Amino acid sequence: MTASGTFGYGEEYDSLVNLHSLGAIIVKGISLLPRQGNPPPRIAETACGMLNAIGLENVGLERFFTEKLPFLRGIDTPLIVNILGDTVEEYQQLAKRLNDEEKVAAVEVNISCPNVKHGGVAFGTDPDMAHAVTKAVCQNFSRPVIVKLSPNVTDIALIARSVEEAGADAVSLVNTVLGMAIDIESCRPKLANIFGGLSGPAIKPIALRMVWQVAGSVSIPIIGIGGITTPGDAIEFLLAGATAIQVGTANFVNPQATEEIIQGIGQYLEKKGIASIQDLIGKARRA
Amino acid sequence: MQAYKELAEIIRREQVADDIYRLTVKAPDIASASMPGQFVMVRTVEGLDPLLRRPFSIHQVAEGGMVKILFKVIGKGTKALANMEVGRKLDILGPIGRGFTVANDSLHFLVGGGIGIAPLFFLARQILQKSEPSSIRVLLGARTRDEIFTLAGEFESMGLAVETITEDGSLGKQGLVTELMTDLQQEKPVMIYGCGPYPMLRAVANTCRKKKWSCQVSLETMMACGLAACLGCAVQRADMNGYVHVCKDGPVFDMDDVAWL
Repeated sequence: MTASGTFGYGEEYDSLVNLHSLGAIIVKGISLLPRQGNPPPRIAETACGMLNAIGLENVGLERFFTEKLPFLRGIDTPLIVNILGDTVEEYQQLAKRLNDEEKVAAVEVNISCPNVKHGGVAFGTDPDMAHAVTKAVCQNFSRPVIVKLSPNVTDIALIARSVEEAGADAVSLVNTVLGMAIDIESCRPKLANIFGGLSGPAIKPIALRMVWQVAGSVSIPIIGIGGITTPGDAIEFLLAGATAIQVGTANFVNPQATEEIIQGIGQYLEKKGIASIQDLIGKARRA
Repeated sequence: MQAYKELAEIIRREQVADDIYRLTVKAPDIASASMPGQFVMVRTVEGLDPLLRRPFSIHQVAEGGMVKILFKVIGKGTKALANMEVGRKLDILGPIGRGFTVANDSLHFLVGGGIGIAPLFFLARQILQKSEPSSIRVLLGARTRDEIFTLAGEFESMGLAVETITEDGSLGKQGLVTELMTDLQQEKPVMIYGCGPYPMLRAVANTCRKKKWSCQVSLETMMACGLAACLGCAVQRADMNGYVHVCKDGPVFDMDDVAWL
């Protein structure tokens, strides 16, 4: 699958990628109303990774329906809509509206956003708030609900258990790791927002460790995300216990990364004489 | 928009000045689809550091499906590129973005600052297809002589009138490129095509407003993808209501479309 925020609304990659060959397309996070995003500079490159503070710029739910969905309807690949909000009620409304749209195979709930009604603490850092937002979405959306977890917590397994209990059908992890960079010429932070989310190969070991931990504490499927760039990276996540994976920042570097990873996993299975990808899931955990 | 990803063989590498290089690569799909002002995203290494592609304006296209980029060595990516051997393959994506629009019945002033002069060669050739060389004037500014001396000569050999100015006075007058604009009086409509550092372009736009000249500028920002997916290349709209994106809405903008913050 293509990770939210790294693949636009699919059409941006149409001339370079066979969109029909992907496992799923997860579109850029959608909020109820359009968002302008943060002032620039919004991105900075770091060793084997990048920081971003885009600020959730998106077209909003209505324009998503009118401007983006018609193209996606023509793509014979499951569509997953990533949703985000300032309050539980906003998530609820998004879920309700998307439930009526059959092309939307699943929603992925971004819980890394600040809860405006609770002093701006991110939903995803508090087990009770994560529970509440998950429950609200699940009650309003009849197809699978995936909850995307933030790595910026002390115990990610605790949050994972909490959203599982609230009814999540799957968890995806990890979102970006909070970081920053400073320009030593201007002596100022490189991002206007000061902090940003780190992604890319630099975070893969962190993400893999977290997938391993969560796999040991929930029974719902896990979608691994974090710096996956090669088929080998993807296979590591499967071995750690992920059922599926998302490719993110690698799409920026190589638009065909997701396609190539799908093909590479197939070649690995063949080379190893493994009958099904199911046999890989969690294999590294078994003695 | 149709973009192509090509593994383009490096045909030629030239050192144009101390730290300025020109690479000629064979990328037939990109070459045939390119318009002046558009850019390409180039992977500078096969490994993961630097991770992201680097944007380069298309300097020129030439017979045989050739695409040329002209760049100054600034960081790790451009250093790696400068050391690329002829015969190696370069992973290149393009053409990307909206380029310059050639004005009708106007005088064409091509205003470049430093390495920003790169796309103006491609633009000049495009203008020359329909217009006389006398309708074009090239105004080049730089910190010092070395940055533009060779390239100014290349414009002259296209039959174009070139004026230069440098901050240290080592070539042409001493000063900024906008001073070359201030002295010009024209009766015909003028279109300015600007490319260079942001503060220079802001000054160019200010001068154009005073003189009531039309002006297009090519902007540069950090960007990760070049495909309108990362949304990293945001620039404030002139009406202050949100952002335009350099990779999709630009890189060439009318000066009135962006807020000159």
